[in-house]
Amino acid sequence: MTGYKADSPLYNYLLGLADDELILGHRDSEWCGQAPLLEEDIAFANLALDEIGHASLWYNLVAMLSKQDPTTYPDQLIFTRHPEDYRNIQIVELPVGDWAYSVLRQYLFDAYELTHYTKLMQSRYPPMAEVAAKIRNEEIYHIRHSSSWVQRLGKGTAESQRRMQNALNELWPYTGQFFQPMGGNELLVDSGYVPDSGQLQLNWEGNVVPFLQESSLEVPLAPRQKLSREQHTPHLKILLSEMQSVARLDYEAGW
Amino acid sequence: MDLNDIWHLLDQIKDPEIPVVSIVELGMVREIQLEDQNVVVVLAPTFAGCPALQVIQEEVARRLYASGAGKAEVRFTYMPPWSSDDITPQARQKLTAIGLAPPPKHQGFIELALLEPVHCPYCGSSNTTIKNSFGPTLCWAIYYCDNCHQPFEQFKPL
Repeated sequence: MTGYKADSPLYNYLLGLADDELILGHRDSEWCGQAPLLEEDIAFANLALDEIGHASLWYNLVAMLSKQDPTTYPDQLIFTRHPEDYRNIQIVELPVGDWAYSVLRQYLFDAYELTHYTKLMQSRYPPMAEVAAKIRNEEIYHIRHSSSWVQRLGKGTAESQRRMQNALNELWPYTGQFFQPMGGNELLVDSGYVPDSGQLQLNWEGNVVPFLQESSLEVPLAPRQKLSREQHTPHLKILLSEMQSVARLDYEAGW
Repeated sequence: MDLNDIWHLLDQIKDPEIPVVSIVELGMVREIQLEDQNVVVVLAPTFAGCPALQVIQEEVARRLYASGAGKAEVRFTYMPPWSSDDITPQARQKLTAIGLAPPPKHQGFIELALLEPVHCPYCGSSNTTIKNSFGPTLCWAIYYCDNCHQPFEQFKPL
């Protein structure tokens, strides 16, 4: 595809925000029709729609920044990019797993987003501050929902606690990538465009670690991964081959 | 077509998911620019992922053209973000009348507003329980009234 400027730190940062929301939204949508309760079926369909809506706001900024048409460029990015050109973190591309796994992934990510967006609202890059302010208010509902489930399952039965603890042991190493700066990030931090990732990590841990402990979960001691956003698991390729299948057959197909 | 006509026209356009209130009553219309019958309408979207947004955008343009606009453009703004506090008092009454509890005023403190009791739109009781923060549309939550035993929906504070 054309117009893909991998060299600008701001472009990459915005693309990372957009891709995280899109891929998690896609994973959330996989619960539609299959969640353990009707209410959760509805909740996860809503979460999916919200996250994809948030992605579209970020993709619009990506389009604006690269002087592309905002009505067509986001679709180009989403439906024609190869997995290696996606800039999402790995935790959002992992398969849904069991219910505990999906709920915990959502919680860890919601807490990261809320911390991140609360800071981005003060960005010196006004379009970024505007979008972050818009999304942050909606995220209040996400964390309220996901945290209540973490608590309920963590303090629930031996079975629910065991599943939640297993999910935490598996997901925890991936959370290191939330705070792994991309190339050129220091330029963005110095100009006040984005928050310092070390500070974000402290804020996130300050909220998440005590909450998990209060929910009868043991926070693993395992080291967390510091992978770049250019590295993906094989799961992303499978996800995209499904998501992009219609566009690859007929890019102009209407809905 | 003057500015008043355009406000009047926009006040006829309902939210497709809540067909009793208009986009003006919801507080979505931020600005109207009119120059030689060319119109720009600036809207503040409610929830970012709202699927009704595109329907509303197309409907606004269609009605403006039908009323003689030379050019009709609909733009979106997120600054400041749309707030449920912008819903007019009349619209709040209309929501209650169809069994949709209006959002509490929050003045930016949504987390605090969520702690307040929600009144049942049927009997007015505050003896209600939240069943799901998510409902049939992005902007609704599902409640149950423990007084009159009626499930109902709430327009979420945002």
